[in-house]
This record gives sequence, C-alpha cells and structure tokens, in this order.
Amino acid sequence: MYEFNYQRASSVADAAKKLGTGEDARLLAGGQTLIAAMKLRLANPTDLIDLSGIAELRGIKADKDGITVGAITTHAEVAASKDIQQHIPALADLAESIGDPMVRNMGTIGGSIANNDPAADYPAALVGLGATVKTNQRQITADDFFTGMFMTALEPGEIIESIHFPKPKRAAYMKFSNPASRYAIVGTFVADTGNGVRVAVTGAGACVFRVLQMEKTLSAKFAPDAVANIDVAADDLNADMHASAEYRAHLVSVMAKRAVEKAVAG
Amino acid sequence: MSVRLSMTVNGKPVNADVAPRTLLVDFLRDEMRLTGTHIGCDTAQCGACTIHIDGRAVKSCNMLAVQAEGSNITTIEGIAAPEDNMHPMQTAFREHHGLQCGYCTPGMVMGAIDLVQRHPDPDEAQIREGLEGNLCRCTGYHNIVKAVRAGATAMKSR
Repeated sequence: MYEFNYQRASSVADAAKKLGTGEDARLLAGGQTLIAAMKLRLANPTDLIDLSGIAELRGIKADKDGITVGAITTHAEVAASKDIQQHIPALADLAESIGDPMVRNMGTIGGSIANNDPAADYPAALVGLGATVKTNQRQITADDFFTGMFMTALEPGEIIESIHFPKPKRAAYMKFSNPASRYAIVGTFVADTGNGVRVAVTGAGACVFRVLQMEKTLSAKFAPDAVANIDVAADDLNADMHASAEYRAHLVSVMAKRAVEKAVAG
Repeated sequence: MSVRLSMTVNGKPVNADVAPRTLLVDFLRDEMRLTGTHIGCDTAQCGACTIHIDGRAVKSCNMLAVQAEGSNITTIEGIAAPEDNMHPMQTAFREHHGLQCGYCTPGMVMGAIDLVQRHPDPDEAQIREGLEGNLCRCTGYHNIVKAVRAGATAMKSR
C-alpha cells in the first residue's frame, strides 16, 4: 500500500478535527475492508484517523425501547452480547454470520455501515429493524442512511457514534451466502415491529432495499406462505458469476419465507 | 513518517518505531523474526497469519502494526507453557496428523484455541463452522477436525 499519515484520535471531536486537516483523510475503525482495499490500492487515503482508542464509541446498552450499539463495537461483541441475544436475537445471529471469527473480532458495525457494501449484512438489520444512526451532527433513520452502492447520507466530517435498534416483537435474518467469501448473495431481514412489518434485502441490488408488497402482506398475516408467492422484479438486481439477477430475485422470496418461518418459530 | 509502537509480544514488552503502512504480520516476521506466523493469501481469506490479540484471534495480514498499540499479542511461538514443549492443541495436531504440508497449521492452531476458548466442548459442526476462516490448501480438514476435538479435551484437563 502507499504511504499515509497515521493519527490516533482521543475523542469524537478530536477525530472530526483531524479528519478536516488531511487532503484525503479517512477514518479507521476495524479496518477489515479498508486495509484490504489499501493493500490493493483501491483506496489511497493521505491520512488515517484511528478511532479504536475512543472508549465512548464502544459498547452495547439496553434500554426500555431497544438496544444502542457503539460505532466501533465489533461483530463478535454484538454476537456475544447477552442483551442483544435476549432482546433482538436476530441481530446477534446476523452478527455471528458475518465473515469468519477473525474478521468478527476486528470488524465493527460503524465501519460496515459507513462502507455500505451492497452485500454486507448489517444494512439489512438496520433497515429491517428501522434503526437510527446517531452521528456527531444529527440522527439519521436507516431508510435515509443508505443511499446507493458504497454510498451513505454521511457528509464530509460526519462521524457515526452509535446505532439505536428498536426492539421488535419478532424478527429473523436468513441469507444465502457465497460459500467462499460468506458475503450475502441474498440476505432478507424480516421484522414484525409491533407497528407493522419491515422486509429489508441485502446482496440482491446495488444497495439494501425494502419489499413493500411483502411488508403489506405480512402485516395482514405474518406467515411463511404469505410471502412465498410474491415475486420480486429482477430488473435492477445484481448479476455476476455467482448468481443471475433472476436467481437473486427468486432467492429474495425464498429467504423471506425462511426468515418468517424462523421468526414465527422464535 | 514513523509512529511509536508499544505492545507485549509473547509476554515480552516491545517498543519500536514503525512506518504506519507496516502490516502487523510483516512486523512480527521481519522485525521480530517470529516466522511461525505465515503469510498465505495476503488477502485476509486463508487465516495462515492468525494470531491472538488480547486473547482474540485476528488475521495479522489484514491489520496495521500500529493498530496493535498497547495490546497483548500471542503468536504460535508463545502458546506453549514455559515448562512444556507444545500446547495441548499442537500435540493434538501432531497425534492426529492434523496437517499435510503444514503451511496452514500455525493459523489453524491459533484459530482452534480461540474456538475452544469460546466453545470448550465443540461438536464437529461447531469446529467446521468455527474454522471457516482458516483454509487448508491440502484439504486435510478431516484430521484437522479430529485434532481440534482432541485438543479441546486436552485443554480442559490442562
């Protein structure tokens, strides 16, 4: 990788200040995507601002409405959290399914959603559960946060501090993984929020998206057979050597059905 | 630019000035001459470079040395107790022939110890799932799974 300047941030304010000084400064959380991209020279920042020493960005807190997860909390910490296992088990299951154990020990939730890889798992959880992203400047709903392939609503200098997940009545995530990379070829997150049903899909398109027709049908009747026959249009879906757009469209319905089965079974 | 780095490696304090772009695996191999940690794919897929940071398995080819500031690192050279030649997991790999060419073995052993720390009595499915970040190019998985089972039992009676 190319040379860069490295600085450790002592607080979010300090990170924001340092982020403003570099020509092309980037934040470093766990680095499980960024370091790999820098090795391939796909990313060549002039400055890296390391967030790992900022204690206020790490940790999991439960309150009466749901769970707040700090931005640099690792996937392994989310998966092992007793609070999350108790209140939103689907979120713990999803975190346990990311990458492999070593990646989960380094990779962070904030890093994952800021990167917004089209095949990442967390975007499905945030949109499926109707989460809110808190930054050093504002609160952003998950529906507004993910804006396109590798794109988010984050402005220059904006730093994710935490993610708040409201507690659903029941929820589940099912994914069809690429057997080598473990990335989602299609992953469907279904949540019965108690105030309607949300269905969020990752891996299939350029960016996580909701399937409104499934949400409407499941809100009337939360049962697997309610979604099994809803076809998703293949028009804008991804196609690559692993799966055609038509196959991905088919998998969206299959994964939705299995997710509802799992959510109903508890 | 160089950055001051302080950490503990296999129980010994280490202080060094490193270029920020130095990967942790390169620092361990080239500067500390701890060449038991291997570089296989260099793309964070194969797990040959697995080490422990503060007791958690990570891929040292996919992190910067400076990210290990203040941490406690254990490599394959540091897992055996001082009075033993080998860690029980290493002994289990030898007894069950859990290796063919041996290139992936240090990473397999480090990954397996982390797995057993999280699941003290893993079944075959948990072992196969738990080692999904470690690839064996010789495809010698069958004996690796047997070795990890035996290693887990041996670690309990340690």
